[in-house]
Amino acid sequence: MTTALEPAIHGDRVSLLRVLGPAHVWALGVGIVLVGEFTGWNFSADKGGTLAALIVCWVVGLLYTSVAMIDSEVTSTVAAAGGQYAQAKHIVGPLMAFNVALFLVFAYTMLEVSDAILLGDTIVAKAGVDGLTHNSFIAATIVVLAWLNYRGVLMTLNVNFVITAIAYVSIVILFFSVSPWTQGAVLKLNELVTPGNALPYGWIGVIAAFQFGIWYYLGIEGTTQAAEEVRSPARSLPYGTMAGMITLLIAAAMTWYVCASLMPWEYLGITPYPLWDAGKLTGSPLLENLLFIATLLAAIASANGCINDAARAWFSLGRDRYLPSWFSAVHPKYRTPYRSILFLLPIALAFAFIADLNQAITFSILSGVLQYTFMSINIMMFRKKWPLGTIRRGYTHPFHPLPAIVLFCLCVVTFIAIFLGFGSQLIAMTVFYFLISLWFHFYRYRYVRRGDQFTMPWPKPQGY
Amino acid sequence: MWMALSYACWGISILLALWMLYDWFKVDTTYSEDVLTSSREGELEAVSEKHRI
Repeated sequence: MTTALEPAIHGDRVSLLRVLGPAHVWALGVGIVLVGEFTGWNFSADKGGTLAALIVCWVVGLLYTSVAMIDSEVTSTVAAAGGQYAQAKHIVGPLMAFNVALFLVFAYTMLEVSDAILLGDTIVAKAGVDGLTHNSFIAATIVVLAWLNYRGVLMTLNVNFVITAIAYVSIVILFFSVSPWTQGAVLKLNELVTPGNALPYGWIGVIAAFQFGIWYYLGIEGTTQAAEEVRSPARSLPYGTMAGMITLLIAAAMTWYVCASLMPWEYLGITPYPLWDAGKLTGSPLLENLLFIATLLAAIASANGCINDAARAWFSLGRDRYLPSWFSAVHPKYRTPYRSILFLLPIALAFAFIADLNQAITFSILSGVLQYTFMSINIMMFRKKWPLGTIRRGYTHPFHPLPAIVLFCLCVVTFIAIFLGFGSQLIAMTVFYFLISLWFHFYRYRYVRRGDQFTMPWPKPQGY
Repeated sequence: MWMALSYACWGISILLALWMLYDWFKVDTTYSEDVLTSSREGELEAVSEKHRI
């Protein structure tokens, strides 16, 4: 176990510890995502109105359901730390894998930074004290959670399970406290959303809203990073991921309904704390304080899961020598990728202190959408190279290739939405990934042990 | 109270960061690099997964 007093070295190898179950997978995925209900999704109302926020809730929900199904099938077969990185390596090739790993590290590190900033800003807003800044709270969030991750994955995800469950239950409590079956008593959806203001910018506003609609579910695919630490990957990963997706669809619908029924779209679209504000608007101090605490817990759970996932992606790069193998060290006592955790710690702190929330969020979303685009191509290649019946799958997703086509089309729409809002960042990141790919292809790949990197005992792919 | 909490956050952050640095140094000087970087991807799968349909 992670808390064993003696170093756990089996033979001459030290590897990550297989101690997790489906509940931990759920805690990892939902923990990363749930903060998006507490802030982020509501900016889609600013882009296209309250109805646009609901439309993207369902349409982006479809995108992520496709992501969860595709991911569950591939990961139940490629059960290795690094998640989508290991998938890309085996199915597409090393250059794609290198890029996917960078998407993962950027997406999770920037999301961790955003979470820490959100937590600091929320505490400062609650305190209302002159001279109090968010820096100390940001530092404590990142360092304490890095320490927790350093000490072992089991305790890390046990903590995530508890705080994610509390944050989730707070949304359920809020929903039932405002008599959702009765309009007019507390909720005023009929008055706040009218045919005149439901889509203030028309359908182009709906397209623009996609960029922030991503926040309802951003990060659920992070469950795959636990692949090497779950006891039964073929069962736990699909079960935990799909359960997480169902949980999030319910939370997103409840969140939209309560917030849209309490706040006009002009305010809903700009507030950084939609659920906390909803708690205040009910007039109940208990609900207000509950939603304040839940906002903090959601941010902590998200940052915690992000540290876990970013470190494993970085660790996997080191293990395959895509980066120096020094990063692939596993702690002999705690069985965690401790050097990767420590390496990413000051980077997260630096970004949290110098970047603003919008920049960090945009980098995270961009890297995430690049990754989802890859996943739609990846599953097509996977099914073509290893058709059903040629290798054992823990889960087979239905309606192939429809989910892949839907995912690809929705990713294209999201890129257009991001270009409308953050065109320069999109171009800058594309240039960055292009240049880093050149570096990998012409310089770094010579250090990779080419035969060692393909570890799955699969038959030869069809056509090879 | 909030200012005290803020100072406490700085203190905890510094303490834990120092502890991690100490532990990192201790581990790296106790174990060989070969042992620490001996993890291999898919080892368990290679043993348990036969891929017989």
